[in-house]
Amino acid sequence: MTVRVENLVKRFGNAGGPAAVAEVSFEARPQAITTLLGPSGSGKSTLLRLIAGLETPDAGRVLIDGKDVSALSPQHRNVGFVFQSYALFKHMTVADNIAFGMKIRRLPKAQTKARVAELLELVQLPEYGARFPSQLSGGQRQRVALARALAIEPKVLLLDEPFGALDTQVRVELREWLVTLHERTGITTLLVTHDQEEALELSQHVVLLNQGRVAQAGSPHDLYDHPADEFVASFLGGANVMKSRVSDGEAKLGTKSVPAPSGARDGTPVQAFVRPHNIRVRRPDGEDPAELGKIERLTRVGGYVKVYVSLPSGESIVVLTSKTDLDALGVEPGDPVAVEVVDAKVFVQSYSI
Amino acid sequence: MSGIIGTRAASARRRDSQVGESVFVRMLLIVMALGFLGIFLVAPLVTVFASAFSQGLGPYWAALAQDETLDAIELTLLTAGISVPLNVVFGIAAAWLVTKYDFWGKSVLITVVDLPFSVSPVISGLIFVLLFGAHGWFGPWLSERDIKIIFAVPGIVMATTFVTFPLVARELIAVMHAQGNDEEEAALTLGAGGLSILLRITLPKVRWGLLYGVILCNARAMGEFGAVSVVSGHVRGLTNTLPLQVEILYNEYNFVGAFAVASLLASLALLTLLVKKIAEWSVSNRQAKRDALRSAEARPLAASAELEGVRP
Amino acid sequence: MRWKTRGVLPGFGLSLGYTLFYVGLLVVLPLSAMVIKASSLGPSELWTKVSDERALAAYRLSFGSALVGSLVNAVFGVLVAWVLVRYRFPGRGLVDALVDLPFALPTAVAGIALTTVYAEHGVLGQQLAKIGVKVAFTPLGVTMALTFIGIPFVVRTVQPVLEEIDPDVEEAAAVLGATRFQTFRRVIFPSILPATLTGFALAFARALGEYGSVVFISGNMPMRTEITPLLIVTKLEQYDYAGATAIAAVMLMASFSLLLLVNLLERWARRAEA
Repeated sequence: MTVRVENLVKRFGNAGGPAAVAEVSFEARPQAITTLLGPSGSGKSTLLRLIAGLETPDAGRVLIDGKDVSALSPQHRNVGFVFQSYALFKHMTVADNIAFGMKIRRLPKAQTKARVAELLELVQLPEYGARFPSQLSGGQRQRVALARALAIEPKVLLLDEPFGALDTQVRVELREWLVTLHERTGITTLLVTHDQEEALELSQHVVLLNQGRVAQAGSPHDLYDHPADEFVASFLGGANVMKSRVSDGEAKLGTKSVPAPSGARDGTPVQAFVRPHNIRVRRPDGEDPAELGKIERLTRVGGYVKVYVSLPSGESIVVLTSKTDLDALGVEPGDPVAVEVVDAKVFVQSYSI
Repeated sequence: MSGIIGTRAASARRRDSQVGESVFVRMLLIVMALGFLGIFLVAPLVTVFASAFSQGLGPYWAALAQDETLDAIELTLLTAGISVPLNVVFGIAAAWLVTKYDFWGKSVLITVVDLPFSVSPVISGLIFVLLFGAHGWFGPWLSERDIKIIFAVPGIVMATTFVTFPLVARELIAVMHAQGNDEEEAALTLGAGGLSILLRITLPKVRWGLLYGVILCNARAMGEFGAVSVVSGHVRGLTNTLPLQVEILYNEYNFVGAFAVASLLASLALLTLLVKKIAEWSVSNRQAKRDALRSAEARPLAASAELEGVRP
Repeated sequence: MRWKTRGVLPGFGLSLGYTLFYVGLLVVLPLSAMVIKASSLGPSELWTKVSDERALAAYRLSFGSALVGSLVNAVFGVLVAWVLVRYRFPGRGLVDALVDLPFALPTAVAGIALTTVYAEHGVLGQQLAKIGVKVAFTPLGVTMALTFIGIPFVVRTVQPVLEEIDPDVEEAAAVLGATRFQTFRRVIFPSILPATLTGFALAFARALGEYGSVVFISGNMPMRTEITPLLIVTKLEQYDYAGATAIAAVMLMASFSLLLLVNLLERWARRAEA
């Protein structure tokens, strides 16, 4: 089932205030996981609640499977929604929580019971049916919330920051489990997160939001390798920012020249976003010493080393290199190094910064 | 003001802190606080029971078994039996309205709901006299039809309902506000309708707050004095509620009798406080669990904004 | 303009309709009856009725003793809240529960109990009589009763605020060299001030209108120990509806002003929190 969102607008408070969701349109493809990614306050959770019908839009429409559901109340949209807080019914057992939607639909008791057992199995909690939510760990609650949402055989599954409240380790485990679960169920899934790693790893399609608008939508690789603007480049995977000016349609970054944005005239100041692993450092061999950087600091992170280099321009950059490569290089803090940019994305510098 | 919500997350840590008053200052402050409460709260409370039983159990029971007292008990139960359910239904409707929606004029409505709290009980009685009394708006109309409201049971019920009217609503608003709407919204996405959400989710969720609201409302309904005194006309055996009976016996210098009846009402008050304590305890237990969950949330999520590619 | 601006749960129309109906019938209609009755008197008649000597004496007593009572509560309320939140001692739970007693205990019961305690031959009255202090049937007795019924307000408004104060803040003050008293005065007191004032105003409003717990201990002597609510009752018993209504209108205005003040204070407190 496809979820399409067309020109959705939602404002809170005064009509004149800024919109939480401003003219958002995108499409979530059938049977895929789509993530709504963005910093806090970017409107991603509101967008998810609009799709579920938990908020009423000021304008625009939501289509599920080609049908306009904008006028339908949440009861009738048949979407599975997993809340950030899980919103488990605290006074009901796990089994009663999962059975709730089926009881509301007045399914036969035997069928409900069988399906609850099946779902408990699916979320790997077969022994936990009689427990209360307060007796479960965060990760277990999360899985119960998923089972409850899946119980009504929803057309789409909506997850609001599903791993937000969990420890790192549980988070990683659940993430892998969710991918497997999705492969088994094949249900169209929309997931809200502010964690880019989660988005890049889990989903086939990412909608990156900023201040209520879609900054860029596409495959994770698309966004990562071809960011549409500065926001996308800096939000996805920390990047070094280097300043330069356009000359002959190119921007010079150290020894490397990168094509400037089309239409940028000579002399226009530009910003280059360079991924830390897209820079190489090497021992200088006969270059003009004025062009060399200086190693400020080395920080080891597991098998990698972060090399902090100050450039002659006064800018500082971070270079990521493997421990082995650095050992082979044999440099120490204070040493001069030549800096080679391998790849960069250049934008005309915005004056708002 | 009488809400049963309160987090105690910080207090556990505070007790372990080295920053604090010296033992002497602590003791002094505790003694002063307890002394104040002892003089103003405990002394009167003890007096009620001590005076009631001052001549032993016999006179105590005799005082309670008087016909007039029994009539007063009956009327009091009847009054509470009508006004409490009315206020419970209203309380649920008002709390649902206030905590589930934002709408134009909401804060005005909350203020109006609170009004009876800030009105003198005497005035609460007076307004019904002005409406239904012999010289009131509807007075002539009522007396033509021989319907008595003032100096009769309906007036007592109305005044009592007015005085106790915000209690359940306030309590429920506080609890429902604190618990948020997540569970209701979850039920909604699972296909539940309004009534089923109310009966299966909301009411079980707020049951302790509701119970406390009901008990408090009941205690106040049974104990209301000022408003009822204005509208009752003090007709013995007919329009005397328990608090009015206390006044009559006291003014007749029948102190054992007055305090015996008063001890019934005081016991009801103590029961109310007990229920509140239990409700608080059950809420704070749940709160503690939720706080534990939150602290997991507080862990820095921004870690992922660090350099990507670092993970093996 | 749309009435409802937020919320998708069903039942808005029903709960709004029922609430408005009930509030209108039970609160708005009777109260407006009183306001209309009072305003039908005409300004000069109204003024004579509300400003005769006996009424003025009653206002003085009511406002004066309510003010003193709630000031006592402001001080001791903060103390009690502090002790309950910060210290652990045997019976703390019991004491905490007892604070609400004046909410739950019928006022008539409180009235006869206080009178018995503070009468010349009462447990505490005896002791006070020895040092020449007479409580029952004096303005002091009225003040004592009004203190009693106001106890929960300050304690219950200050308590949650004290609980929410981050221990870090106090520890930071200590590390910066503040003494315990300085920390209280400069760090803690400012943050509980709005709540204290709110509790004070609530206690004052309640004390102004209080009837049951006062009438027994006051002795009800006109000009000396007659509180305003009692004066209203007296006028009613003499079938002086106009006089009762006029004085009630004065009291109602005072209550509403206080309610407004409380709302403003709460708004201030919320802003202080944010």
